Amino acid sequence: MAKYLLLKHYRGAPAAVNDVPMDRWSPEEISAHVQYMNDFAARLEKTGEFVDGQALAPEGTWVRYDGEGRPPVTDGPFAETKDLIAGWMIIDVDSHERAVELAGELSAAPGAGGKPIHEWLEVRPFLTARPTITE
Amino acid sequence: MDEELLRSLTPSVLTVLVRRGADFAAAEDAVQEALVEALRVWTAGPSPASSGMGHAVRDAKGWLVTVAWRKFLDAARADAARRRREERVEEEPAPGPAPAVDDTLQLYFLCAHPSLSPASAVALTLRAVGGLTTRQIAEAYLVPEATMAQRISRAKRTVSDVRFDRPGDVATVLRVLYLVFNEGYSGDIDLAAEAIRLTRQLAARIDHPEVAGLLALMLLHHARRAARTASDGSLVPLAEQDRGRWDTALISEGVGILQAALARDRLGEFQAQAAIAALHADAPTAEETDWLQIVEWYDELTRLTDSPVVRLNRAVAVGEAEGPRAGLAALAALDASSPSSRLRSSRGHPVPRHTAVAAYLHERDGDLATAARLYAEAAHEATNLAERDHLTRQAARLNARRSH
Repeated sequence: MAKYLLLKHYRGAPAAVNDVPMDRWSPEEISAHVQYMNDFAARLEKTGEFVDGQALAPEGTWVRYDGEGRPPVTDGPFAETKDLIAGWMIIDVDSHERAVELAGELSAAPGAGGKPIHEWLEVRPFLTARPTITE
Repeated sequence: MDEELLRSLTPSVLTVLVRRGADFAAAEDAVQEALVEALRVWTAGPSPASSGMGHAVRDAKGWLVTVAWRKFLDAARADAARRRREERVEEEPAPGPAPAVDDTLQLYFLCAHPSLSPASAVALTLRAVGGLTTRQIAEAYLVPEATMAQRISRAKRTVSDVRFDRPGDVATVLRVLYLVFNEGYSGDIDLAAEAIRLTRQLAARIDHPEVAGLLALMLLHHARRAARTASDGSLVPLAEQDRGRWDTALISEGVGILQAALARDRLGEFQAQAAIAALHADAPTAEETDWLQIVEWYDELTRLTDSPVVRLNRAVAVGEAEGPRAGLAALAALDASSPSSRLRSSRGHPVPRHTAVAAYLHERDGDLATAARLYAEAAHEATNLAERDHLTRQAARLNARRSH
């Protein structure tokens, strides 16, 4: 088993196929979307593949050490292009193929018009503990 | 009450119940309840079986079987869906004394059943044979307890209809134990030590040279454990390890077990791997390693498995035995002879160690620029933190040397 981080982005990825902002969906469409995500997580819990998941607020603060006694710099370096992470889920699966398969499924969550939003998801493997035998 | 004793008795009590017709999940529930009962009753005062502790210990298994079986029957009676099984159980003659065959052995085979995915087989083995709690297993694998509980209960459901009537495949059991061992030792539960404990049990129950081979392999690797990591957690390569920190008792035990296995002339993958580990362990210094013999063992291993990883390791050994040029030639031959897909991981990258090996051989050949570039590339492909840091340091070391 290997752990993967599924990253959802607000921005930073190319526009999704069904790219309608959520505030222009109908309430039913939003409910259907949320339900899809919850069902997805619940099903992964049952298969023993779920580790954790959280949603993130769009507002983040950039911080950089700028020398002793000086306040940290908090102005985003590239405000126009900064990559906002909307949320993440950690899964623990048998293979990279399975991780991709699940990410694809998550990307198919319904959006405007009840159609999949085709959202971009980033799939990143975790660095693992060192195996006992490497030599 | 001695929890170690209870834990060691769990597998055989569980097996008795399954053999008597209880399905796996129900049997496990019943055994758990019996264990709770045991902890309650045995710590409350003198054992119901006797007043002396020695007597209680002798009767512990019988006591647990009786209580667990009663718990199972209670549950089965309460469950209408289980009526038919209950009738079957009722029709069977009252259980007599446990037969002389080894119960736990069958549990090993059940938990490694081919219908289970490797991850499920590992979890079920740790739970049922090892007697670890679901929480302990979840912690070892860094997943939530609920996730591990689901994984285990799915595994139990998968094998619930499998009867204990034929011995399984030893190779499958060994693969599962090897997976547990190789999982490393993060967390409270030392999975490597647990794998050794379980393999020792298996070796005591089954006479098979590959079981002995795997046990020897584990002991030989475990013996070097303390020397493999520096105090800051960084990786220490074999050649630089302080051999004074190797556990000589474990090494001699491993070598003894291996020699007895090899004498039976039924060579297998684990014996060959153990033989290589033994040759490393046997060398007083890295320079005195018998690389020629190690290459020969890799040839045997290639014949047995022909995995790209084995051929990669063989190239390292050739590089040590005959010089870096020969090692690079072996590496090139490996690239040419295997379809590229076999040397690449699912992400399309080369097998991580492949680039690291190439880097090492180029360094020894004096081509520091290529070596530094390959070390950096290998670090980028590494799948674990210690290895990535180690490879990054190698690249940095060479880059620093080149700039002076």
